Amino acid sequence: MEKFTSLTAIAAPLLRMNIDTDVIIPSREMKRVSKEGLSEGMFANWRYTEPGGRIENPDFVLNQEPYRRAQILLSGDNFGCGSSREHAVWALAEWGIRAIITPGFGNIFYSNCVRNGILPVRLPEATVQELADQVTTDPEQHRVTVDLTDCAVTGPDGRRYPFEIAPADREMLLEGLDAIAVTQRRDADILDFQRRDRSIRPWIYLQKTS
Amino acid sequence: MPTTIIEKIWQQHEIADLGDGTSLIYIDRIFLHERTGSVALKGLEAMGRKVRNPEQVFCTMDHIVDTFPNRSDVTTMPGGTAFIQTTREAAHAAGITVFDLGDRRQGIVHVVSPEQGIALPGVTLVCPDSHTGTLGGLGALAWGIGSTEAEHALATKTLVVRKPKTMRVTFNGTLPQGLTAKDMILRLISEYGASGGIGYAIEFSGTAVEALPVEARLTLCNMTVEFGAWSGLVAPDAATIEYVKGRPYAPRGKEWEQAVTYWQTLKTDPGATFDRDITLECDDIIPQVTWGTSPMHATGIDGRVPDPADEPDPARRAAMERALEYMALEPNRPLAGIPIDAAFIGSCTNSRLSDLRAAADILRGRTVKAGVKAICVPGSGLVKAAAEAEGIDQVFKEAGFEWRESGCSMCFYAGGESFGLEERVISSTNRNFENRQGPRTRTHLASPATVAASAVAGCLTDVRHLD
Ligand code: SF4
Repeated sequence: MEKFTSLTAIAAPLLRMNIDTDVIIPSREMKRVSKEGLSEGMFANWRYTEPGGRIENPDFVLNQEPYRRAQILLSGDNFGCGSSREHAVWALAEWGIRAIITPGFGNIFYSNCVRNGILPVRLPEATVQELADQVTTDPEQHRVTVDLTDCAVTGPDGRRYPFEIAPADREMLLEGLDAIAVTQRRDADILDFQRRDRSIRPWIYLQKTS
Repeated sequence: MPTTIIEKIWQQHEIADLGDGTSLIYIDRIFLHERTGSVALKGLEAMGRKVRNPEQVFCTMDHIVDTFPNRSDVTTMPGGTAFIQTTREAAHAAGITVFDLGDRRQGIVHVVSPEQGIALPGVTLVCPDSHTGTLGGLGALAWGIGSTEAEHALATKTLVVRKPKTMRVTFNGTLPQGLTAKDMILRLISEYGASGGIGYAIEFSGTAVEALPVEARLTLCNMTVEFGAWSGLVAPDAATIEYVKGRPYAPRGKEWEQAVTYWQTLKTDPGATFDRDITLECDDIIPQVTWGTSPMHATGIDGRVPDPADEPDPARRAAMERALEYMALEPNRPLAGIPIDAAFIGSCTNSRLSDLRAAADILRGRTVKAGVKAICVPGSGLVKAAAEAEGIDQVFKEAGFEWRESGCSMCFYAGGESFGLEERVISSTNRNFENRQGPRTRTHLASPATVAASAVAGCLTDVRHLD
């Protein structure tokens, strides 16, 4: 997994609340059993003029320069709510988004970000609005810095906004860890648990029937 | 110390405290479907990893399969065949039980799982699907995960989980005749917002919840994700135990006795505290229907489309304005009487036998308004068979409904079948998001009874006052 330490980049404002994963990647854009090739379908219903089409809608922020090169997304509360589809995160990552700053995230989406090298940052609504206001006056020059080493966002005007992230999530992003490999080191604990648990809750341990 | 049911289940499954509020949690059951399970199984394979305990992992085909009669691996959704066949092959190779096409047990994952006794009180159950919380209706701690986490669960039988905050939602009073769990949960979400439950595991309690049959509790818990919650459950009681008894994967004999004894301990102790407590009164709930593009955009059917001008919060106001534009509705218009093009009964929220019965009770002796496309999709092959044994299929068909094979069907649009451009649908599903049921399709969520009544009237209708 790609590590995340610090990033200074163009930030695109998409300040709507409850942007769900169906919006981020419509189901019909998840065409293959694959984590790749999804960025083309990202925000398809907003990004293109017609459902299923590929003619860009010039009003959509990520179709505009310099936001086409944005690596940070500023958005509204409850971003990534809805369907569990990790394809939403894979699409954003493939398109180039590395950090998302909103007042709040859907639970599953948040975990999916951490597991795919995207840093989810929670900041108050007023702060996100403030950042967006500054960015929009000159998006090319007014870049935003997101630093995971000291857990702070720095706005174009130099103001610093600390954010919170669980230490385990932070470590996973900073180190680009493979979570499965980390857990597998505890194999003895898992076996031990199963042994004890089987005597307390034997009905959990189904036998293969067919 | 008095503890909550959530804490009890958590402790029972905690393998290690990893510090900073996270734990390594043992996962009892894993369910997969062909939409997201396929990617997880392939991802695992690509890393050379194995499914740790395949006998406790199950898979169904529901999202992409067609629901037309005589269906096969060929799908209306472009490219769907690959999802079905990849999942089937990978699941067989891993030794996972598959409820495949042609198997009467096939159906929507969250319908099959309680029906087969795979979800049980007190288990931890995960699925790469956001509506996994449904199984909380049996008193399971169940939640939706992404594909990468599903790989983790498959490979290790565990997940690293941040301990949720706890919330108790108490529904007091008695639900009026004809009202349902769907109306309760929509009422909750409209009052507290689609992000009201973020970070919480919820226990639903109170007299109105205790009075709900188990299938209705599954409906209630199904939409905890629409409330933003991590999970939600109802403590198991005599009704739950009765429901579980004799199901194919439920414990038997001595193990049944042991399990029941354990399940009876799964309740919140008197005096235990929650991080948050919410109370709603049920005596005067009105059938709910959504007017916008978030499940929080719900109100009583006797109400009007709200006016964004009255909303003080700017973010909410902007969302409302956008929603009304998408839905092509004007502020202050009465909801009852808005003409519909289609009606849909199905989905993991409302496609169980009791849902179909409730709709059939409305439809018996009535017909769907001319020009309204009406579809009923039973939640599983077994639900379908049970409904047919009662003649419910005849009631639907005589009223003018299509009667389908089980699956997710038009709960969501994946490039195959849809309700079509700007069609207005009343739907027993759980998401009224933009484009969820088709390109620019306008979805109004409601209970199966309200959907049936509206199909008959040809417009959004108060089921309590149907002629
Ligand atoms: S019925 Fe709809 S909400 Fe439920 S699992 Fe299927 S697609 Fe998801």
